Amino acid sequence: MNSYWLGVSTLAGIYLIATLGVSILTGFTGLFSMGHAGFMCIGAYVSALSTNFFGVPFYIGLIFGVIAAVLVGMLVGFSTLKLRGDYFVITTLALGEIVKLVVENFANVTGGAKGLPDVVAGTTFKIVLVLDIIIIILLVNFLKSKHGRNCIAIREEELAAKVIGIDVMKYKMIAMSISCALTGLSGGLLAHYMHYLHPVMFNMVKSNELIVMVILGGQGSLIGTVVSTIFLVFLPEILRVGSAQEWRMFLYGVLVVIVIIARPSGLFGNREINLKTIKNFFKNIRLKTLGGN
Amino acid sequence: MLIQQLFTGLSIGGIYALMAVGYSLIYSLLNFTNFAHSIAVTVGAYTGFLILSKYIPNLYIALVMAIIIGGIISAFIETISYRPLLNKGAKRIYLLIAGLGLSTAGENLLIIIFGGRFKAYPNINNANPINILGASIGSVDIIILIVSVITLILVEILIQKSKVGLAIRGAAFDLDVTSLMGVNVNRLILIVFIIAGSLAGLSGFFLGMKYTAYPALGQMTTKAFIGAVLGGLGSIQGAVLGAIILGIIETLISAFISSSMRDIVSFSILILVLMIRPNGIMGKITEDKA
Repeated sequence: MNSYWLGVSTLAGIYLIATLGVSILTGFTGLFSMGHAGFMCIGAYVSALSTNFFGVPFYIGLIFGVIAAVLVGMLVGFSTLKLRGDYFVITTLALGEIVKLVVENFANVTGGAKGLPDVVAGTTFKIVLVLDIIIIILLVNFLKSKHGRNCIAIREEELAAKVIGIDVMKYKMIAMSISCALTGLSGGLLAHYMHYLHPVMFNMVKSNELIVMVILGGQGSLIGTVVSTIFLVFLPEILRVGSAQEWRMFLYGVLVVIVIIARPSGLFGNREINLKTIKNFFKNIRLKTLGGN
Repeated sequence: MLIQQLFTGLSIGGIYALMAVGYSLIYSLLNFTNFAHSIAVTVGAYTGFLILSKYIPNLYIALVMAIIIGGIISAFIETISYRPLLNKGAKRIYLLIAGLGLSTAGENLLIIIFGGRFKAYPNINNANPINILGASIGSVDIIILIVSVITLILVEILIQKSKVGLAIRGAAFDLDVTSLMGVNVNRLILIVFIIAGSLAGLSGFFLGMKYTAYPALGQMTTKAFIGAVLGGLGSIQGAVLGAIILGIIETLISAFISSSMRDIVSFSILILVLMIRPNGIMGKITEDKA
């Protein structure tokens, strides 16, 4: 694998962490956020600034970034998760924009609209790959646990979940914290991979991309999120179309509309691929071809 | 100085109000936020630019064309994407996601067609300001203010006096019951989208006239949306009031404090309103607005 494809793979791995976070919030808990690039931005800038100014090692910087993103996320969550649907969407949208504007306006700390150069290097493909695997294992276990199932219950029918005694607010906060932590981590990794930060990297378009990846993959399927993220990061690199960014975003938009109309549950729906489903798949084929047992 | 800024604020508030009314109309019927609203605005701005620069250099013909094209675009969006979802009885959140996809696709399609450059309207005469109460006000602002006020009054008359308006008010109260009363709800929804789109086209034309036409112009709708939330989503008068308040606040802040603080303040207002009084100034009080 040459360094170019290694770079694309690293980026895909970094974005995967963020989309997994959004998947927990949007896909599994049913809360739709349009501002998660804002949490990426917080993670990226906190991590980059703490390593640049205080000289802490980059993994400590990452942790600072995660903590900052979670704190802001919990503050936002606490004040708006009581409201449902549209209002949460709007607040996250506003938050994403505010974070970007604050970064742009505190130029003497963050570099403002000129960007923040010379971020300490540190992110490598191996680190990203290991983190991806650990996070996927943790999330699979989380979703299998009582807590994960409670989140899914809230997505399906909030009132019913409340009636059977689930503390809806608490589980929404848990989902919000997990997603903020993961998007913050992803932002930090991105900062130490690109060595350069700019507020435009975290605008509303980026938030929309995160949501699109989750929805295309299937709300309620981790494997769907993984496949769609890798596919959507690699696709433009493989196609190499002229004025790539515009065509890519145009296709994203059209794809979303088609998927929502034709198959609202996304490509994978709520199916997961694991050993059991693969075994069942082959068993079904055997039964069909051979007949009987 | 203050009076001059107030007039500028009113004219911006008027543009916001035209867009905010569209948001509120659709919200009052369908209880969802039309994120594809921005396309009609941007298309309206480009329509104005094309007609003024290539075909007929007449401001009022271009204005009418922007209104018509805005309405057509909005009707088209409703037919191809929202109608199938509504017929399936999809969750409201899916409508929202579809709108988001449409606005992303629309904005980027415009960049592909027209390029990312700013397109200034030709022959806009803002050179002779008019004196009112000792303040000199640009003629563009005056035109915007007058046309906005007339349009908003016409919309209000349409909704309060006409038969269609009665149906819209009924549907805002309860869509299903209105359908039982023999109103063709699908056609009503289409009409509401056409009204909202025409207003959006008009506001796009004004934005193009006041600033320039560019692909990201649609992001102005976020401001109108804040105005609609401030006034109370679902209430037409509330949307107008909220949008005008926001326009004035924004102008005063960029004039007397700093223009970089303007957007931070508007978004903070949004979050504060949602925390303290999510129903806005005049919104209908409901427990749950999903």
